[in-house]
Formats: sequence, C-alpha cells, structure tokens
Amino acid sequence: MNAPQNKRTFRLVGTRPVRPDGIDKVTGKAVYGTDFVAAGMLHGAVLRSPHAHAHIRSVDTRKAEALAGVKAVVTGADFPSLASLEVSLGESSGNIKFISRNCMAHEKVLYEGHAVAAVAAVSPAIAEAALALIEIDYEVLPHVMDIASAMAPDAPLLHDDMFTQGVEPKPDKPSNVALRFGIGRGDPDAALAGAHVVVSGRFSALPVHQGYIEPHACVAAWNADGQAQIWASSQGAFMIRSLTASILGISQADIRVTPLEIGGGFGGKTTVYLEPVAMVLSRKSGRPVRLEMSRSEVFRATGPAPGGEMDIQMAADADGTITGVVLEFKLLGGAYPGSDTHSGAMSALAHYNIANCRVTGWDVLCNMASTAAYRAPGAPQTIFPVESCIDDLAMKLGIDPIDLRLKNAVRPGDVGLTGVTAGEIGYVECLEAAKAHPHWSAPLGANQGRGVAGGTWGNYGGPSTASVSISEDGSVLVTTGSPDIGGSRAAMAIMAAEVLQVPYEQVRVTIADTSSIGYSMLTGGSRTTFATGKAVIEACEAIVLDLRGRAAAMWSVDPAETEWRDGTVFCTAAGKDDKQLSIRKIAARANFAQGPIAAEVALNAQGFLPGYCVHICDTEVDPETGQVSVLRYTTVQDVGTAIHPDYVEGQMQGGAVQGIGWALNEGYVYDKSGRMDNPGFLDYRIPVCSDMPMIDTVMIEKPNPAHPFGVKGVGEVPIVPPLGAVANAVSRAIGMRMRHLPLTPDRIWSELQAAE
Amino acid sequence: MPSPAFHAPKSLADAVAMLAADPGARVLSGGTDLIVQLQSGRIAPSAVIDLKRIAGMIGVRSEAGGFVIGAATPCTALKADKALVAAWPGVVEAANLIGSVQVRNRATMAGNLCNASPAADSVPALVVAGATAVIAGPGGSREVPVEAITLSPGKTSLAPGEFVAELRLPARPQGGGDAYLRSIPRTEMDIAVVGAAAALVIDASGTCTAARIALGAVAPTVLLVEAAGKALVGSKLDDAALEAMAEAVRAACRPIDDKRGTAAYRTAMAGTLAKRVVAIAAKRAGAST
Amino acid sequence: MSKMMITASINGDTTEFLAYPGDTLLDALRGTMGLTGSKQGCGSGDCGACTVMMDGQMVCSCLVLAAEAEGRSIATIESVAEGSQLHPVQRKFLEHGALQCGFCTPGFIVAAKALLDHNPNPTESETRYWLAGNLCRCTGYDKIVRAVMDAAAEMRQEHSTQRAPA
Repeated sequence: MNAPQNKRTFRLVGTRPVRPDGIDKVTGKAVYGTDFVAAGMLHGAVLRSPHAHAHIRSVDTRKAEALAGVKAVVTGADFPSLASLEVSLGESSGNIKFISRNCMAHEKVLYEGHAVAAVAAVSPAIAEAALALIEIDYEVLPHVMDIASAMAPDAPLLHDDMFTQGVEPKPDKPSNVALRFGIGRGDPDAALAGAHVVVSGRFSALPVHQGYIEPHACVAAWNADGQAQIWASSQGAFMIRSLTASILGISQADIRVTPLEIGGGFGGKTTVYLEPVAMVLSRKSGRPVRLEMSRSEVFRATGPAPGGEMDIQMAADADGTITGVVLEFKLLGGAYPGSDTHSGAMSALAHYNIANCRVTGWDVLCNMASTAAYRAPGAPQTIFPVESCIDDLAMKLGIDPIDLRLKNAVRPGDVGLTGVTAGEIGYVECLEAAKAHPHWSAPLGANQGRGVAGGTWGNYGGPSTASVSISEDGSVLVTTGSPDIGGSRAAMAIMAAEVLQVPYEQVRVTIADTSSIGYSMLTGGSRTTFATGKAVIEACEAIVLDLRGRAAAMWSVDPAETEWRDGTVFCTAAGKDDKQLSIRKIAARANFAQGPIAAEVALNAQGFLPGYCVHICDTEVDPETGQVSVLRYTTVQDVGTAIHPDYVEGQMQGGAVQGIGWALNEGYVYDKSGRMDNPGFLDYRIPVCSDMPMIDTVMIEKPNPAHPFGVKGVGEVPIVPPLGAVANAVSRAIGMRMRHLPLTPDRIWSELQAAE
Repeated sequence: MPSPAFHAPKSLADAVAMLAADPGARVLSGGTDLIVQLQSGRIAPSAVIDLKRIAGMIGVRSEAGGFVIGAATPCTALKADKALVAAWPGVVEAANLIGSVQVRNRATMAGNLCNASPAADSVPALVVAGATAVIAGPGGSREVPVEAITLSPGKTSLAPGEFVAELRLPARPQGGGDAYLRSIPRTEMDIAVVGAAAALVIDASGTCTAARIALGAVAPTVLLVEAAGKALVGSKLDDAALEAMAEAVRAACRPIDDKRGTAAYRTAMAGTLAKRVVAIAAKRAGAST
Repeated sequence: MSKMMITASINGDTTEFLAYPGDTLLDALRGTMGLTGSKQGCGSGDCGACTVMMDGQMVCSCLVLAAEAEGRSIATIESVAEGSQLHPVQRKFLEHGALQCGFCTPGFIVAAKALLDHNPNPTESETRYWLAGNLCRCTGYDKIVRAVMDAAAEMRQEHSTQRAPA
C-alpha cells in the first residue's frame, strides 16, 4: 500500500471522544422535529390527492371551515401565483415554481399523495376530521408510471409546457422528458467495433426512498407584522429560509429558522414540503402551527431517488484495458424535473480512465412523488451497470476483478470526462487494500459468491460560516449553521480543540438559527466536515493570532516573537522567553481590556476532492427459493483524514447497508391506478438488524492538500458500490448475470427457472 | 375521526353483553392489527372491548392432555409454557415469527386468526395441529375447528356479537411432530410470502400414519390440503411420497400476484417449503417415538 | 366522546392523565405527559422507535391504547438512566458511536436493556434478532450490535464482581 508521505500527527484528530450531543440523544432529551412545542400551537393536517394524475376542477372548504375547532384552511389559491414568482425570481423561477407546486398543488395533481389542501385546528383529531369535509372535484387523467409509457409519443403529459432541454433543435412538442444530458470523449463506436471483447446489457433499478426514521415535521409562527419563526428538522435551516421566503414572496430576514435535531435525511431533507404550508396556515390562524407527516405521507409525498433503465456496452483489450464505453440511462424522475441526470452522467465512469466514452442521461417524468437527493444522487444507478460489466469482463478475460479495476482505475493527474484533472485521490489505494484484505482471499462454500465493486462521488465544498468565541474562563464556543446529522458537532469540536490546543471538553458547539449566524449551505454533498470544518479551523486560527497579538502587546514584543502551544502563548523574544500566558489568563481580562475574543469566518470552500471506495460482498443463494443471505461485507474507502473515526466508519457502514437494501429488497410498488402499494416499513423493506452481518471498514487516509487537516467528504460514496457488489456476488453464486434490482427471492427464482 | 369508547370488562359475561349491546364494537386482545387499522382510519368501531382483564383470557392451561390458550395470550408467553413447547413446537414457533419481539409481546394467536389474513403465520400451524376455537357469544359458546373461522381476507364466520375466547390444542399423539416454515424476503418483520405447516404421526416402523399439511398466503384463506396429507400416509416419507405431497400442495394453490410475490413463485415455494417442513416435523415425530 | 382518566405508574411515579379512548399510549406519553423521548417513526409497530416497557415486557407504545395502561407500569427511555447515572447500554452507545442521527436510539436502548435483563450473555445472532423490530437507517447496525454486546460483557463483569466474596 502506498502510505501517504505527508501524513501529519495530531493531538485530537483521529481520536474517538464521546459526541457533545450524546447524552441528550441516549436519554431521550434531544428535541427533534416532532418534539418541539410552541405556546398556543395548533395542529395541522394535509389533504392529499388519491389520484395519480388529475385536474382539480373545484375545491370547497366551507364545511371544513365550519367545523368547531378549525382555525384555518388553505389551498393552492392561498399561495402566490406562478406569474408573481416569475417576476420576483427571474431565472430561478422554474425551480421554485415546481417546489411551490409540490408543496401545494394548484389546478392539477401529479401524483397520489400530492398536497391539495391543509387545515389547522385545536387538535390533531379535529384537523383530520376537517380534511374529510373538504370537497374536491377531480377530473381524473391517465397516468404514466414507467419510462416506456412516459416516453411514448402519445403519452399523457404531466406538464403541457415542458420541452426537453439539451436536445438540438429544440423540440416543437412538449413531452415528459425534462432533460437530455450527454458527456463523452474519443470515438466509443470505433472502440466497440474493433474490440477484442464487448460486454453489454440492459440494467434497471427501482425508485427507492431515503427511509429516514423521523418523518418530516415543523412548527411555523407568522406574525401580523410579517415576521416569522420556523422550527424544523432539515438538512439546512438556510435552505428552509430561502425556499420558504421565495415561495411566499417575503424577505428572508423576516424568517428565522431554528434547526431542531434531525432524525436522518440522506438527501431527502434538502427541500421544503411542509414549511410554506405551515406558514400560510399560521398567517391565516394567527397562531403557531405544527405540521408533521405520517410514515405513509413520507413515502407517498417525499422524494424517492429515481429508478432507471441503463443500457451499456463496454469494450476491452485482451489485457483488460477498457477501450470504450457507451452508456445511456433514463432516470425515472417524479412529478417535477430535477432527477439526478447530471450527477449520474458525471459519476458513471469517473473512477476509470477510459479513452473513448459516451454517457447520455435522460430525465423522464412520471406520476410519482417528485424525486429528491439520496446520498450520492444518480451515482448508484449509473455505476451499477458499469461495475456489473467490469465483472463480466473479468470473467470473460480470466482476470482478477480487482486487478482489472486497478488496470483502468483513475489516478492523480488523469483528466476526467468533465475536463477536471484528478488531484490527490485514492481509488488505487482502495483497490490495493481490498486486494490485500483477508476477505478477498477467504474460501467460499457451495452456493456462495463473492462480488466486488468500486464507486466514486464528486463531493462538494461551498459556503459556510463559523464563529468562535472565547468565554471569560477560557472555554471555547463554536457556532455553525450546519445541522448535525451524524456526529458533526464532535468533528467541529475536535478540529477547534486541535487548532487551539485545548482539551476537547473545553470546546462546546452550537448549531444556531438563521438569524444568529451567517449563511451556510445545507448539510449535504459530503461537505460539512470539509467546508464548515474549514471555517471553524480558520476562525480558530484567527483566534490564535489574536491571542498571540494580545500577549505580544502585553510583553511589548512583536507577535512573531510568540508561539502557540498547549493552549498557551509563549514568548520567544530574547530575554523574555520565560513569559507565557494561557488562554484562560488572557480571556479573564480580555473583555474589559482589548475587548472580547471572537472570530467569524465566512468562506466558500474550494479544493474538495471526490470520494472513492471499494466494497467486497459475500452472498449465499438458496437455489430452491432464491433467498439471498449476505454473509460478509467489507468496505474500503479513501477518507482523507478521519476527524472522528467512529463517525467516518458509521458513514461507511450505514451507506453500505442502504445500498444493500436497494440491491436486495427495497423499491416502490404501485398498483394499476398509480397508487403506492407499499407506503410503510412493513412492505417497503429496509434492512433489519438480523439481515446484516458486521460491516468491516478499512479507512485509507490520503489527505486532501486543500484542507488544513486533509479532510475529504465521506458521507455519500459508501452507497455507490453495493448495488454492483451485491449483484456481482449473487451473479457469481448462481452463475447467471443479474441485471435488474431489487434481487428479491422471487426474481432470482424466476430467472433461475427461465434458465433451466 | 370520532374516538371509539373503551371498555375493559372483568368477566366473559360482561364482554358478551357489551358486544351484544353495541354491534359496532370490536374486541381487543393484542391490538397489533386492530390498533393499526384504527389509527389508519381503515376501521371506525363504536367501541373497543379489551379482553385482557377477564380472568383466564391470558395464559395456557393443560386440560385432558391438551392445552387451552386464552384468547389474549401474547405469542411470547407461549414460549414460557414448556409442556406446550414440547407438545406443539410448530405452533409456538409459528406464533413467534410474527412481527418483532415488541409485536409478539402483544400479538395473540386468536387475533392472528380473527384478523383473517391468508398470510397469518400461526394459523397453518394451528390447523395442522387440529386446534379448535371456542367462540363466546350471545347464544352461549360453541367450538369449531380453526379452519372454519376464516372465510376470506378480513372476513370471519363469527356471527355478530361473537368472539374467540380461547384456542384449544389436542394432546400430541404418540409419534407426533409438527413444524411451520415461511418464506419472507428479509429475516424478520415480514408478512409470509408463503407459509407451510405440517403435523405428522410416525409409527415405530417409520411409517407415516397420519399427516396434515396446511398452507398460508396461497389462497384467500389458509388451506388445509388433505390430498397432500394423504400422499404421505402409509409411506416412509420417501422421495416419491414427498414429491406426490408437493404436487398435491402445488395443485391446491390459488395464489395471486401482489407486492409480496408472484403467483408462480408462491405455488413453487409452497411445494418446496412443504417438503422442508415435513422433514422437520418428521424429525420431531421420530424424536418423540 | 370525552376523555378518560387513566392512572398508571409512569417511570415509577403514579400518574393520572387524560386520554381519548382511541389515543395510543405513545400519544399520551408524548403529548399529555411531555415524554418525547419515545418517537413515532411509523405508527404501525414496524420501526420500534416508540419502544417502552409495559409490566416488564417491551412493546411498541404506538400499538397500545392509552386506556390499556390503566393500573400498569410503564417505563420509557426517560427512566433508563438512574438520575444522572447512565445505564451501561447508554454509555456503550456513546463510547462506540452507535448513533448518528439519534432518532431511533431511545427505542434501541429500551429494547437492548430489555434483552440484557432477560439474557445477560446474548450471541450476536440473538442480539440481532431481538433488535430486528428496531429500524436504524444511519448506522447499518454494526456499532449498535457491538455496543449492546459490550454492555452485556461489562454488566456480566460487574455482576460477577458484585457476587465475588469480599
């Protein structure tokens, strides 16, 4: 293994202290979305369409309004018109129009579960009862639920003003195809035509849900003077503020969003569903209003990740060099544009250096809930066929599947399809570590198969603000605007304590509301430890400079004649080198001397690097029943620098298990009328504890030179390889290529039957 | 959604009277189906009558070599009765596949039966064991085989005002053994895609002298496949007899395609599981001779 | 329909509370009593986030009517720690980083404590099947299982130490 040469040693980075929010979370005290209570709060409920596709002819809310205890009823008519959004937002109006209409339908419903009205009442039971009194006259329209019928020339249209973008010339007829996006280089057709070996196939995956256990919930209070507060669990309080302000056409400064603890997001809590509705209910009723979803509402009305169909051809030389790839994929987006076509296309081949490729993606809409981001959005679906074909190539060429990947793996300095030159990335190191892992060479029994797959995800940096202040006793307060989904408070405290060289417990971290800290982009894109962490580090560095300056002034030396060690300024000036001042001593007199010690850093973090990982999976398939058992699972990932290794490993394990669920059992099932048939955890089958083995983790630490501590994003990429790793393992166990997910027992059994 | 009334009678007579007086009332034992239906608005009973405060409704007692199981006895409590586990391990294991530990600490076999799902895990095991249900009602009590309770998904043969008060299992026959297996995509927390139960009697020579095979989730109700049992009787459970049994099982299946599995898969799995469950039951029968 | 007055032992305290006959125990705990540590993740007994102990048995409080609690003893996540002393399962969850978002954690801790009260030396498989009614979407279960088994080992150690002759 190539051990990174520039690895530095840390005092605290890489240790595993207890997270600062830990006790609240193991004792039930932590306040999540549905736990918050405002004085005088009303309870809201949302009426949702029973139809997959319909015109709303009329809505009559009079009976609901007349019910005792009902304080407000709202419909699409209570939201600003599309025209006004176009005026106020210009270029971005398309997006906000869709988000607004997804929160509350107007004139047309596009999926079963689409919100059509909402009520606020003095109790949840009265709110529910009022929903039943709202009369809606629907004109039911034909619906489309799959790619073929959505793309048919005579398909019923979800949006009669939608013309496919990315197609030249611009189509003269509207369609359900929102976007075509292509990327490529070289001459893949020639590479395929002249290849030593070609593997190909059509692959598919179903839409899946992020499956966070906490349903969406918020409380909104919108006063008569126009000022409002929202308490919500989400991946970004600033995201809620900007989307809600845009949808309602009000000033962002008039909305103060307080982030509550978030019970999982995985990308699914990166948009608004309830907040604008709760706001309008609050304005109408004059009281705070809580809205929370049931599990069924979460499944029917919030973002699944798109399913898709992927057609691939891959050519290679006899030595295993992949010479050309043509990949065309169609993602089954939901009711509105925006499924993960760009990111899927850019991720598909980003872990290999291939001379000739063409990747084309299509965003196809259907009468399903509008899709939302899900951990490395687009990458699992597009990398699944790539990793499957590489496995086929390895078998055809008689090459070890890891060696074949190593031969083609992207290395630092390689230029990718997007024209970006790879930096200090670690895919090769991951493959080498996977090959050296005892799992790779362990014996297999009858009906067992081992699969390996790699994956990548671009990650992100972006804007974050952090403020750090020193209390009079020298303790440290770190404030950010980045919601903590998986232990990031601990990472922030470690990084601050590392820079300040104080004990971890001396640092406390607050996640502030949107009026108490500058802007931070949401927690997503594997960006928080990288970008917000960088802001925390830089703010702490500014504090250190400030403290050294204060000490230097007291000692009448140049600040350069001081150094910072162990939370103390030491004087290095000749004759004064016995002088030292601890953070505590400086802080004790700071407020009424030079003034309080505080620093704020607002930055747009650049230099993020993509994540790479390799997963190995062993499965056993019961040949009579098609039942799959996952026997052993190993994840190897380039994590840059693991700030708190427990929570890095946790991302690797959690992402892997989500991907295993996608591969084996999860998927949206609709009935003939376009209604979701499995909107609950009984029949939408996420992995349970007894389904899984331990998930072994190998962290490769190849630091990111653009981050002070070497951080790379770690959260998303672990969900990318499992689709391929599990399918390769099952395919090898049964001796047949499995191309369609999920690999349920009946699917495996029926493919085995068909082969007999 | 108007809240139902709640009653917790202390005697069977009170429960019968309350139910007779309020045709819209529903009885509650474990609540793991009823409360889900109540919360989702699928049912809106006028009252809920909790049976758990009635003496004898919770617990297992021996009677004439057999067992009487109160209707409100949670599935996990069955495991605590060593004699029951020894006599009818298949029934106890079937009841303890339902849901999770949390669910089984509440769920009851009587509720599993009266929910009238074709996929109910405990019902095929009860059917092959020859279990009966004692029904209480305004006309007094009556006892029927459990397979007579379910008419179709969600519908039972109970008359208005009637409810199951106890389940009765006979004494285990000499040389008897039972077992239940199901097919689910996960390892826990699933509804059976197919379920199969077997109860056999095997004599000292190794010949099967009695056999009952029942299936779940392959028809509108749990199926007792008499032809499958007959195919085993008189045999030493050789391959030919097992294949004939499996063929009878497959022939009896009338499944549907749904979100949990295809009809073709269910039919094939019924045969496969039936063979496997017979092997387990035979081993238990052998162990008991 | 008017509310019923229910008297039950809630975390060791005799508590009178009002609930509609159709309210669940979870509704009453979270609403009337303000014990929001038990979470509603599904409302159908499929996720285990609302797990509480009722007369010593773990149940989904979303599948219990509040009225059924009359005269019963209910213990929620809020009673697992004794005062400020964390239960070993709670401590091990923190030491192993066995939580990410933490939303499922109260249910897991109540269920894990119930397991160890009933089986002080569970195998990995027993632990996994016991916890199969508690869904976690963040961790992939690995660290949870390790935390529970480590807590079991520590509790066995303490137990044997306590019983050792002085």
